[in-house]
Order: sequence, then C-alpha cells, then structure tokens
Amino acid sequence: MLIMFLKNAIRLSATFLYGATGEIVIEKGGHLNLGIPGVMSIGAAAGCLTEYALVTSIGNSSPALLILLPLLVTILAGVLMGLLYCFLTVTLRANQNVVGLAMTTFGIGLAGYLVNNESDIYIIGSVGSVFNNMFNVPQDANGFVQVFFSHGILVYLAVIIAIAAQIVLSKTRLGLNLRAVGENPATADAAGINVTKYKYISTCVGCAISAIGGLFCIMDYMGGNWGDGYTLEGFGWLSLALVIFTMWRPSLAILGSIIFAGLYTFSNFAGIAAYQKDFVNILPYAVTIVILILTSIFDKKKKVQPPAALGVPYFREER
Amino acid sequence: MDKTVAIELKGITKTFGEVIANNNVDLTAYRGEVLSILGENGSGKTTLMNMIAGIYFPDEGEIRIDGEIVSIRSPKDAFDHRIGMIHQHFKLVDVFSAADNILLGEKYKGFDVKEEKQRLLDAFAEENAAFEAYKPEEHTGILSYMFAPKFHDEKEIKRKLSAVPLKKFTNRMKFGWLSRGRAKSLQQIAKKYGFAIDLKKRIHDMSVSEKQTVEIIKVLYRNADILILDEPTAVLTPQEIDKLFGVLRKMREDGKCVIIITHKLNEVMEISDRVAVMRKGEHIATVNTADTNEQQLTEMMVGKKIELNINRTEPQEPTDRLVVEHVSAISREGVKILDDVCFEARSGEILGIAGIAGSGQRELLESIAGLQKLNGGDIWYFDPSNDNEKVDLRSKTPLQIRNLGVRLSFVPEDRLGMGLVGNMDLIDNMMLRSYRHTITLKPEDGEVKEAEDCEDKLDTKIKLKRGLTKLGRGIASGAVKIWSSVFLDRKSPKTLAETIVQDLEVVTPSTHTPVRRLSGGNVQKVLVGREIAAAPTVLMAAYPVRGLDINSSYTIYNLLNAQKEKGVAVIYVGEDLDVLIELCDRIMVICGGKVTGIVDGRTAQKEQLGLMMLGRVCETEPQETLKEGVGDDKD
Amino acid sequence: MTKTKKIREPLIHLVKRDDLPGWKAWGIRALSIVGAFVFICLLSFIVLKRSPFQIVKFMFEGAFGSKLSTLVLFRDLSILLIISLAVTPAFKMKFWNIGAEGQVLISAWGAVLCMYYLGGKIPNGALIFIMLLSSMTFGILWAVIPAIFKAKWGTNETLFTLMMNYIAIQIVLGSTKIWAGVTSTGVLHPLQYGHLPQVAGGDYALSMIVAAVITLLLFFYMRFSKHGYELSVVGESRNTARYIGISVPKVIVRTLVLSGAICAVAGFLLAGGIMHTVGSGTVGGQGFTAVLVSWLAQFNPIAMIVVSFVVIFISKGTTRVMENCGIANSFFSQVLTGTLFFIIIACEFFIRYRVLPRKRHKAVAPREDLDDDSVEVVEDFAEPDIVIEEPLSEADDDKQETRDEDVEHSQEETVC
Repeated sequence: MLIMFLKNAIRLSATFLYGATGEIVIEKGGHLNLGIPGVMSIGAAAGCLTEYALVTSIGNSSPALLILLPLLVTILAGVLMGLLYCFLTVTLRANQNVVGLAMTTFGIGLAGYLVNNESDIYIIGSVGSVFNNMFNVPQDANGFVQVFFSHGILVYLAVIIAIAAQIVLSKTRLGLNLRAVGENPATADAAGINVTKYKYISTCVGCAISAIGGLFCIMDYMGGNWGDGYTLEGFGWLSLALVIFTMWRPSLAILGSIIFAGLYTFSNFAGIAAYQKDFVNILPYAVTIVILILTSIFDKKKKVQPPAALGVPYFREER
Repeated sequence: MDKTVAIELKGITKTFGEVIANNNVDLTAYRGEVLSILGENGSGKTTLMNMIAGIYFPDEGEIRIDGEIVSIRSPKDAFDHRIGMIHQHFKLVDVFSAADNILLGEKYKGFDVKEEKQRLLDAFAEENAAFEAYKPEEHTGILSYMFAPKFHDEKEIKRKLSAVPLKKFTNRMKFGWLSRGRAKSLQQIAKKYGFAIDLKKRIHDMSVSEKQTVEIIKVLYRNADILILDEPTAVLTPQEIDKLFGVLRKMREDGKCVIIITHKLNEVMEISDRVAVMRKGEHIATVNTADTNEQQLTEMMVGKKIELNINRTEPQEPTDRLVVEHVSAISREGVKILDDVCFEARSGEILGIAGIAGSGQRELLESIAGLQKLNGGDIWYFDPSNDNEKVDLRSKTPLQIRNLGVRLSFVPEDRLGMGLVGNMDLIDNMMLRSYRHTITLKPEDGEVKEAEDCEDKLDTKIKLKRGLTKLGRGIASGAVKIWSSVFLDRKSPKTLAETIVQDLEVVTPSTHTPVRRLSGGNVQKVLVGREIAAAPTVLMAAYPVRGLDINSSYTIYNLLNAQKEKGVAVIYVGEDLDVLIELCDRIMVICGGKVTGIVDGRTAQKEQLGLMMLGRVCETEPQETLKEGVGDDKD
Repeated sequence: MTKTKKIREPLIHLVKRDDLPGWKAWGIRALSIVGAFVFICLLSFIVLKRSPFQIVKFMFEGAFGSKLSTLVLFRDLSILLIISLAVTPAFKMKFWNIGAEGQVLISAWGAVLCMYYLGGKIPNGALIFIMLLSSMTFGILWAVIPAIFKAKWGTNETLFTLMMNYIAIQIVLGSTKIWAGVTSTGVLHPLQYGHLPQVAGGDYALSMIVAAVITLLLFFYMRFSKHGYELSVVGESRNTARYIGISVPKVIVRTLVLSGAICAVAGFLLAGGIMHTVGSGTVGGQGFTAVLVSWLAQFNPIAMIVVSFVVIFISKGTTRVMENCGIANSFFSQVLTGTLFFIIIACEFFIRYRVLPRKRHKAVAPREDLDDDSVEVVEDFAEPDIVIEEPLSEADDDKQETRDEDVEHSQEETVC
C-alpha cells in the first residue's frame, strides 16, 4: 500500500515538476506567467493529436517514435505559446497577469476543442503503456525498485531537466545574466545583455518545459485518457504554487513536487468514500496557503524573494 | 601632450514626446583629458551621455569614435567601442556579489579556428627551425637538456591542430561556467588598479562609495577607455571625492578619456581640463578650465546673471518646538538605523541635517512624522497655540499626530512615491492632506440667542415655526455632515491648487494634469506649496532641491527662509554642504544613525562637516552648542 | 545576432505617451473590439467553412434570435458584470484578487446550504433572507481571509486567492455528493425552496436590476467617495498612503469586504434566482473572465458593461454557430474569447506607446503633425495587427517579424 502510494506520488510529481521548473525559468527572467495551465493544455493537446495521428497511421509498432515525435511537437507547441506570451508582454508590454489569464482561457479552450474534435481520440490510450515503466520492472519487484525505477521515461526526464535548470541558473554565466534580467533589467541592459532576447528565450524554454508536463500528465499519468480537459488546469495552478513553495529553486522543486503529489493522491489510498475524498483533496491547496502565510510571516529579512522585477515590463527609454 | 580625438558628436538631437532633450549638439572629447559637462538639472547632460552609452538612440546626428562614424544601438555596442558609463543611479544588481556584478553581461571573445590553426602552425614551424639550428655542444651540462628545443613531428602537429575546434568549444564552456574562484581572480584585478574592496560582498551590504568603486572596476574590467561618470560626487563626502578625483587623474595619465557630468562649479574647476556647458538641451560652449572662472561658467550655464546668495536672517526668539530624545530604531533587516539621536528644532530657525546618503536621515524624519516604528526614545512637541504645552508624539500614526493639533508638514525625499501621487492631477494631490475634512453647517449663533432671549414673549405658533426651522436646519446639517463624511469635496482643493499654481508660478497645462507629467521643479513646487499651505509650525524637508535647476532651487530656499521668518521650525536635510552652510542656522551631522555633532551654520567648515559625516565625533566647539541645547531642554 | 560591421540603425522608435485624449483611447479600444469581432468571424469561417455572413447571422441568432435568448443573454451579462464589478475596487488598489471564481461559488454554496437544510421548514421570505446572509458571510469570508494576511504580513494574494478557488470547488464537490445521496452521480438537482421572487415574469429582470444598481453605486463609490479616493491612493502608492495617514491594512480589508459582498450577490443570484442548485461548474470560469473584463475596461464600471456584453455575445453566438454546424462542444467559444482578449490587450500598446520610424538627417517634424497622424495610423492598421497576434494560425510570431510589421505601419504612416 505504502509502496503503491509512494510510486503513484512520484509518478504524478513529474507533472508538477515540469510545470514548476518551467515557471521558475520564466520567473527568473522577470515574468509571472499565469498562463501555465493553458500552456500545459496546449502542449498536451498537441502531443496527443500527434500521438493520435501516429497511432492511426503506423499503429504501435515503433515505441521510440511514439514517444519522441509527440514530445517534439509538444515542445514546439510550448514554444509557440511562449512566443505569444512574450510578444504581448515583452514587445507590447501588456500586463502579465491579464495576458496569463487570457492564455489560460485560450489554451484550455483550444486544447479542448482540438481534442474533442476527434471522436475516437481514446485510441491513444492503447499506447499509454509505452510511456510508463521504462525499465520494465515486474509487478512483484521489491519496494525500493518499484518506487524509484518503475516509471516512464518522462518522469526521469523531469528530474534531469530540473537538475539541469538548477545548474544553469546558479552555476553558469547564462544563469547569472538571466537572473540579472529578472532582478534589474536596466542594469542587465547597461551591462550589455540583450534583455529582450533573454526574456524571449527564457519564457519560450520555460513554456516548452511546462508543455511537456501536460503531455506527461495525459499520456503517462492518465494513461492516454484526456478526461474533461480541466484536470490539467488544476495541476497547472498547483505548479504555480509550487514555485513559491520551493523558493524559486528547481532542485527543491523535485522534493516539493513529490510532497504535493503525495497530498494530491493521498485520498485515493486512504480508503474513504468519494465525498470524503473531495474534502481530503483540499489538502494540497490548504498546505500551499499555509506555506504562503508562513513564508510571509517568518521571512522578515526577505531572504526568500521573487526576482525583484517580476511582473514589471521593461522599457529602456522610460523616463 | 598630443591630443587625439576620442569621441566626436555632431548634430545630436533627441526628443521625448514633446520635450526636446538635446537639440543639435556638437561635442568633442580627447584622450588623456578630463572633460566636464556642466549644466543645470534638466539641461540634457545625462541624456546626451546616455546616447553615447547606448541607453538612448539619437533621433538625429552622428557619433564618431576615433574618427569613424559608429552606431551605438545598445550598451553592448558601447562596450564594443570601449565606452563605459557610471550612471548616477548605480546599475548594480543588489542581491548579487560585487564580483558577479562585474562579470555580468561579459561576452565571450572566441578565436577563429582558422587563425588559431595558423598560429599553431607558425609556432611549431618556429620551434622546429630552432631545433634545426640548435647546437647542444654550445651549452654545458644539465642546461643543454633543459633548454633544448623540442622537435614536433607531423603526427603531433596534426593531433594538436585537430584539437583546436574542441579547444574552442571547451574554452567556451569554461567561460560559461561560474567558477568558485571568480571573486578571487577579480580581486587581483581590483588590486592592480589600487582599489581596496571585498568583491565577495553583496551590493546591498555596501556603502554608496563602495558601490561606486564596483562600478568603476566594472568599466575598467571591460577595458573601457572612454569613461563617463554621471554626477559621481553627489553622494560622496569631501574626503571620498578627493579619493575619486585621484583615481580620475590617474586614468587621465593612462591616456583615457574621462567625461564627468556635474553641476557643481568647484569640482569642475578642480578636476577638469575643459568644460562643456549645456543649457536647455543645447551646447553653449566648450572652454578650457584654465581660461575661465566660476562666475563666467554660471552665466553660461544659467543664461543670465543671477544673484546666488541666500539671504540668511537672524532667528527671532528661538524657542524649542520639537525635541527628540534618545531616539533609536531598527530596520526590518534588524540593522540599527537610528541610534540614540537627540536634538531639538527651534522656532524661527533652520536646522540642517547633513550626512552621507542613507545614514538615517529619512528614518529620522519619518520617525517624527509617525511613519517609523521606534525602539526607544521620546519625541516632544511644544504646541505654540496652547501655551507651548508638551505633546508626546512617540508611537503615534500620522493621523493621530494631526488629530492632536500638531501642525507638522513634511516634504519627503521621494516626491512622486510618497509626497504626491504621480498619476493623479493637481487637485487630487491637494486633497491628500484635506480630503478627510467634513463640512458642518454652523447654526447661526445670533438668531438662536435672540430666540432664547425673548422665548416667553412669543406665542406658540412662532415657537413651533422656530422649532421646526431649527429641526430642519439640524437635519440639513446632519445630512450635509453625512454626505460630506462619505463623499469628497473637490472645491476647496481646486482653489488651493489654483492658488499654488499662481503664487509659485507652477508651469502646468491645467490643474487637471497628472503631476507625473510636470517637470521636477514644478512637482516640488506643488508639494512644498501644499505642505506650506497647511500653515505648519514644524516644516521638515528632505532633499527638497534634488534634481531641481538653479532657479527652482532658489525658489525653494526662499520659501524655506520665509517660513523661518514666520516662526516655523524648519528642518532641512540636504546633500550639498555649501548650501547647508549658507542656508542653515545650525547643522546637525549624522553618520550611521548616530549624531556626530551639531555645529553653528555661520562658522561651520566644509572639511569639518565631511569628517563628521564619516563618523568623527566633534569634541570642540560644536559640542558646546550641543550642551547648550541640552541645557535648553531642561527649562 | 547579425555579425555585419555595417552601420545599422534601429528601424523603429517607441515613444511612451500619456497624453492621448480619453476619447481617442476609447476610440482605439472600440475599434479593437470591432476588429477582434471581424477577426473572430474570419477565424470561424476558416475553421467551419461556412460563409462569414452566415456565421454572423448565426451569432446574432444565438444572441438575439428569440425573446428568450435575448433575456438569457442579458441575464448572463448581468452576472458577469456583477462579478467584474466585484473585483474592480481590489484591482484599483493593486490587490490581485483572482479568486472571484471561488468567492462566487462559495456564496452560491452558502445559499444552497440554507435551501437544502431549511427549505420548507421556514417561510420562503425568511429563507431568502437567511440565504442572503449566508451567501454574504461566505463570500466575504473567502475574500477577507487573503486580505487580512496581505494586510498584516504581505502574503502573496494572487496565489492565495487562487488556492481559495480550489478549496471552494472541493467543498462544493464534497457537499453536493452528500446532499445528492452517496449513491448518485453527485449532481444536486434543483431544489424546491428558496427561489427568489420573479420580477416581470421570469428570473431575468432581477439580475439585470441588481447589476444596474451595483454598477451605478460602484461608479459613484469609486469616483466620488472618500473610500474610493483612499483605495486609489493605496493602489498608486502605499508610501503616499502611509504618509498621509491612511491605514493601509484597514483599506485593504475594507475593500475586500466590499469585493466579497458583491461576489456574494452574484453567487446568491446564481443559486437562488437562476440555478436553484450548485455544482463545481456553477460559475463556469466567469470569475477569471471577470478579471479580464475589469482590466480591459480600465476599471471603469460603465465600460465594463460594454466589454461584458461583447464577451457574453461571443459566447452565446458561437454556441449557436457550433450547434448549427453540428459540433457540440463548448470549447470553441473559449478559444474565441481568448482571441478577443489577446487582440484587445495588444491594442492597449498603441494607446500607451507611439511607434515612429527612425528619421535621420532630417529636420524634426512639427509636433502637431506627428500626433494626429499616428493616432489615425493606429486605427487604420488595427486589422493587420490582428493577424500578427495569432501565432497558432501562422508560426511566424517571431519578434523580428513583428518588428518589421511595426515598421511597415509606421513607414506608411509617413507616406500618408
């Protein structure tokens, strides 16, 4: 039971981890993207439709292609959403909260429309198995192996991306420059950094990472079942909360996402009635709120701070 | 000294919306000189330099560097032309260490694979030639082995050549990585230039002077040989200024072109070789410093001969109006920002407060205004309207202070962020002080009295009528009271705004213009005007002339002097020591939240103030003044 | 990016402007809405392959086709308008309350709570009164909890209010399962008691009247009252507010009580007057849409009427379009709403900035010319802008491209 619970939590955590890592990369560049749920939905839809096209044309003969091509298309879709967001917030300097919310509406709508247009989209469920259990761990393997090695490739990719993001952000000049853009774009600009370019790239990379989270959620966690299209929205918002929870550190997000996922799946393993599950599912949200409150009360020295220029559009010739 | 042109500007024009910041400016700067750009605030000096540094792009005109026309579209281009600018508001990331700030934005200078290969080939060929020519018998013993050239065979050369692209790649990666020892290696560079500073320190833990040093190291690290410094002395003490000028002179000797923007004449005379004077966005003239004097420069800068004297009158019967005793405060970060501050402000007197920026001046004024939480000490106010009754101001909110009848006006340092609301118009900004007022209808006393006098003579009908009128008036007055306690009265603020615009000659399209769109001087007039309109008994002003042109500055000085003559206790926080010495009756110096002394404005010396600003407590004459002050308290 | 040593000058030049007369700004906004509408019709035409005129016809049919659909349109508009009004004072104060969804939902739930437990046991009038009280309590509670923490400790309100949404949804999901009976699907059927009185023979007029009253009151509150003045000072600058002695925490809490109360009215109308039940989809994302409506209307209550009308019109219209084209899914209207928002957001740029071509070695043009031209050009080119905005139709949303587009506009501007 405990093994199943942990295994499930780690599996679900990848969704949050992708979302949070992506959002951290975006926020480090000084942008608060409330459109993550939309980006995840679009990413998932793009990936699923590619999967659908593949399944209808070549069946499930080539597992590598079945994973890689949708992944690529998902990343592309994420980048496109990133470009849209950047065009509005960086080039046109629109309010980031508003653009983010509009992206969520738009993304969920478009994803739902495109996916529901294919009446037999459910057939992608038949290839869901290629996504999970990368190492073919048998059902009766020992607990440790089951918990850590029975997942699909995208779970491990999420951890790799999070670690890579952490290293790039804290150990390289690229990360230093990006953090400077998020902290003080005028300074970064005066230091010869192309602020616009950095913002565009960080946002697009971040959106691409988040989009993979959408694909993972549908193809791996939900086993190829699209659901009602709103599941991803909730996951997207939770990823945003995770960013604050982990104090803008992708490495901590690995642990944080497992805790969130644990809270989220807890009700499934508690052996309780459906309505009780609903109440228990308040937990991840309530915990986020508690964390928000605690960090704001005890962070007197303001050590844990978002990038200083978060949400502020940059215009060099501002007077 | 040979004079080569470093940078040449021709016909530079830059506009911001309706404002022409620079109009057809020509300017030349040479290597190995210090050029001052002198001009009032708002004369377009900074804008002009920002165009060289790539922050702005000129609308028209051309920039030549070393004789070649260049296009500087961004700060990166400026770096490529070896131009470095130290902005007045430092461009540093607070949460980074100094070293990281210096490294920020540095571009990798790679090498061309072909060229590198050729270089290697040449080197090998040279060594092989040396090997051919080498005769071991000419050397003796062990040395013959140690210094023997090596022969490189074909295979080795090929191997090394094929490694070049990889080397390029690994170099790139190595450059991209932030090594642990980066601060150490930069530290050595700083040492080489003679700067003593810890580059591992974070910027927000640094003093202003240290931050400036970081900025200078930053541009030197980038190999800049045209250096632009925007008002570098504004926040420094006289001693720090001397140190800075020493650095600048050294740079001049190194053949660098140093341009400094300033509006302080004495500094111009001290440091520069030539002075370019700007007025209202235009370049007036460039003269050799040796051929000119302060008076002539002032005339060029201001455009007309003006009287630059502040008329300081003797204080009239000064009595204690505000007494601050042992006030201490701790910032949110847990740092002591005010430490046992004691002083008194007297009516009819201007008390100047001097100190390095961020020494606690703001916190001190905010403590008095009820905006800063105190950790100890007392603040007393002596109410002149109530026979100098002692009023406790400690731990009161601004509203409570006002409700106590204390007429305290405060012109804060941050005009548009605290004193005014930039996006609101003049009227709504006037309302900030007065919007709480509620109008009440006063019952006409005379009539009521008359009615009472002959009460019994009247018949009931008239009595009833009078009663009803009274009731009606009561209801009406109540209604007005409720109405005016809920809704705003914009009429009287409008009148006030119009009066201020007229009396202080505020230049504004109308009273409905957002104050953000007014120029700095006009914004300050609006703010000071509003604060004075409240008929204060204590007037506190923090840096009221910062960013103002000379005429506006003198308007403000005159307003403060007029208030002093009215018997108001004026507290003036300033940064220009010359002005403080000319304007104030007494000058208090604070350093790191501590009072280092109070001196008489009429006898104060600039150097002495400078030392006190750096924390040297004055033991001699000023102490006596202080003692005198303490003595007064006890009365 | 380019390695040419050639002298390259930036081609365009942005100037911030804040002197655009109000009517011109609103004119641009109105044009952007019209342009967005045209674009939406074109998009539907491309996707659905029906003639644009037919689509427009369907849209109007869906919105105004019958008396009933018109009434429904105005009723839904009223609800959206009330929610938009509710978030407005908070936004004006720069308090990013994106929890209107949860605030409305929990107050609808509060009303249903009373309907379920007290229905039939007490007279209808009393029930309605208690429902209103209960709605208010929960709506205000949901808004005021984040406000208190924000006021006291500066807790991030955006995420706090967002999380409160989901707590509300979970509470509704759980309790409706209890009320509907554990064995059922968890959908609570409309309840018998606690229906609001019908005004003018339906459940439509009441919402409209309430919305109109709230719009007017809020307009006066924001424009002429001391509270309204205080909250805009707090929004503009916390420091100024402190400086003149406004208690910032008090204003934050007071304003959020107002926000919560107006949200509660919306929830109360939804539960008591329209749905007579509650479910996780009762508010249907209108809480988020309201945030956008409020912002796009620049916090002006009167402009909010127009914006919410456009939003509801498109949603009703596209639903009919989709029905007529045989596609039964509601997502397409969300796509169109999103597109509409993008276009209006993008047009704000032209209100705040002026795009000018770079001039070189030429005299500065007189100011007046520039001013007039630029505005007109922005209007003329409202259409091409729209094409840029849509990255999914064409993958050329690159920055460079858009820059070039801008240049084209501005170059033609000089030609004019």
